[in-house]
Amino acid sequence: MTQNRTATRTHRSDRSPWNWLLLVAAVMPLLTFVYNSDRPRLAGIPFFYWFQLALVVFASLCATCVYLMTGRGGPNREH
Amino acid sequence: MNTDTTEAIVFTLLFATVAGLGFAAARWRRPDTMDDIDEWGLGGRRLGSWMTWFLIGGDLYTAYTFVAIPALVFNVGAAGFFSLPDLAIVYPMVYLVLVRLWSVSYAKGYVTTADFVRGRFGSRTLALLVAITGILATLPYIALQLLCIEAVLKTMGVDGQWPVVLAFVVLAGFTYRSGLRGPTVIAIVKDTLVYLVIIAAVLYIPFKLGGWGDIFDTAGKKFSGESSGGVLLASNNQLNYASLALGSALGLFLFPHTSTGALAARSRNVVKRNMAALPVYSLIVGFIALLGFMAVAAGVTPLMRDNGKPDNNTVVPLLFQQVFPHWFTGIAFAAIAVAALVPASVMSIGAANTFTRNIYMEYVRPGADKAHEARVSKVASLLVKFGALVCTLLLDPQFSTDFQLIGNVIIMQTLPAVALGLFVRWFHRGGLIAGWIAGMGSGLWMLYEIPNPATGHAHFGGSAFPLSKIGLSTGMPVYAGMLALLVNLVVAIAATVVCRAAGLPDGVDTTRPTDYLADLPEPAHGPVADTLRTPAEPVAAAVAEGPASEEQHR
Repeated sequence: MTQNRTATRTHRSDRSPWNWLLLVAAVMPLLTFVYNSDRPRLAGIPFFYWFQLALVVFASLCATCVYLMTGRGGPNREH
Repeated sequence: MNTDTTEAIVFTLLFATVAGLGFAAARWRRPDTMDDIDEWGLGGRRLGSWMTWFLIGGDLYTAYTFVAIPALVFNVGAAGFFSLPDLAIVYPMVYLVLVRLWSVSYAKGYVTTADFVRGRFGSRTLALLVAITGILATLPYIALQLLCIEAVLKTMGVDGQWPVVLAFVVLAGFTYRSGLRGPTVIAIVKDTLVYLVIIAAVLYIPFKLGGWGDIFDTAGKKFSGESSGGVLLASNNQLNYASLALGSALGLFLFPHTSTGALAARSRNVVKRNMAALPVYSLIVGFIALLGFMAVAAGVTPLMRDNGKPDNNTVVPLLFQQVFPHWFTGIAFAAIAVAALVPASVMSIGAANTFTRNIYMEYVRPGADKAHEARVSKVASLLVKFGALVCTLLLDPQFSTDFQLIGNVIIMQTLPAVALGLFVRWFHRGGLIAGWIAGMGSGLWMLYEIPNPATGHAHFGGSAFPLSKIGLSTGMPVYAGMLALLVNLVVAIAATVVCRAAGLPDGVDTTRPTDYLADLPEPAHGPVADTLRTPAEPVAAAVAEGPASEEQHR
């Protein structure tokens, strides 16, 4: 049992340079001074709002990227 | 407001169907027995990517986001939009944390975050504190869900207490019977309804009100005539906005119900994939928040409460009633009500699991069998809901968003032990306990000091703490939770150094570094996975017994 787990863990770790992407995605939305403005508007929606909505998409892309680059290894792959 | 028959019929039919599903859910992927906390409280730890997505989405995105957030935007404008950056940063922030929590819980058979703290820091006291914190923090959050159902019913013209009591009984009943399977199955219906309503609202209402540009211009005019609020953030409010977003995000996955959702996942990859897929819900939340501006542009006036103050929670229901045909309003109202049921159910399960595992089994009846454990959990889930009812009577903040934010101030105090504990084992258990006391004390003091300008109450009126109260010469407020967490961390670090210097004995860490990376050896299900757990530790032993041993307990 233990040997089994050791075998799977040798090539798996939480560390990866891709994780920095997560930090970028987590910090961007906190910088209120960047987006606290009315213009440019998008379809009538002030910058303040559509930019933050765009940051959500960005966060999702970052998490997807990290998952694809680091997450899927190992024998536990699911479909 | 008169009761409309079509609206009421559609609402009642949908609500009854959903409630029926909740009861029937006990049969979904039917386990050998429901008298097992892994089955009742974690749905057997077998949820795949889709079900996890529905469940976590279902319990994170509550009636709070559908009713209370747009109500806040309706009143203060941009400042109420903080839940969007909150939900944008939370997934990248907790990605690595939750994966480690899942692994160590899987390897050790933990059901709650307090289980983890007990194993990691070898301190029953610290685990008890984490457990109590989790339960306390959940109460106002459940209370908020009940208030949202009340607002919908009130808008439909149903006054009095009995409909809320009825909704409460339905909630308690299916949770008791089906455990986590109940909200998981309902969550699918909930999300379908919610997506339908929100997409219709976002496309149809701006069209009816003359476009987004007009909506924001009308709102801008309204706010410029008022002393506070605006379509953009005031300069002295930016710090509060960012600290609210960060604080809410830090607290979100520490709640017992959210970690419950993550632990019910089948594997690490299911958790990771969900961190990438859950932001889809956040987008919806952004548009829901904008409903607040639409309500301003549509000229909605909130209904009055018995005490003569406006009930802001009725803003969104009123907007729907004003713009949608009756039959669709019925669907929209059912969506809101179900959106309150799912999280309220998961929250009470999360709190009940915590009570059973970390208070009852630890202090009251150690060594009780699994059937007993599951039974206590079921009863505890009922008690938790009554606690929430009491909360609705005790707390009276200006905006009901503050129910969530007050709960969040409390839950954030477990961050050093739980979230940091997943990565580093540097803190001394004494240090963490001291930090918790300091953080909780200062947090509650700050909340106590915040007045409610609307009702004139001097205490517990919100969550934005004016920095001028601690002698800083600035008009800026900041989220009380962030300050309390800062106090907590500083004290925890200082006390750890002191404990080490004094040579106080530290607890034994029963986890190994590899536990934090543990995963399914192969796509296995239930019983196979159970045999692979480490049976060495006492906490693990309770769960790792596996389904085979249950028969003899019955």
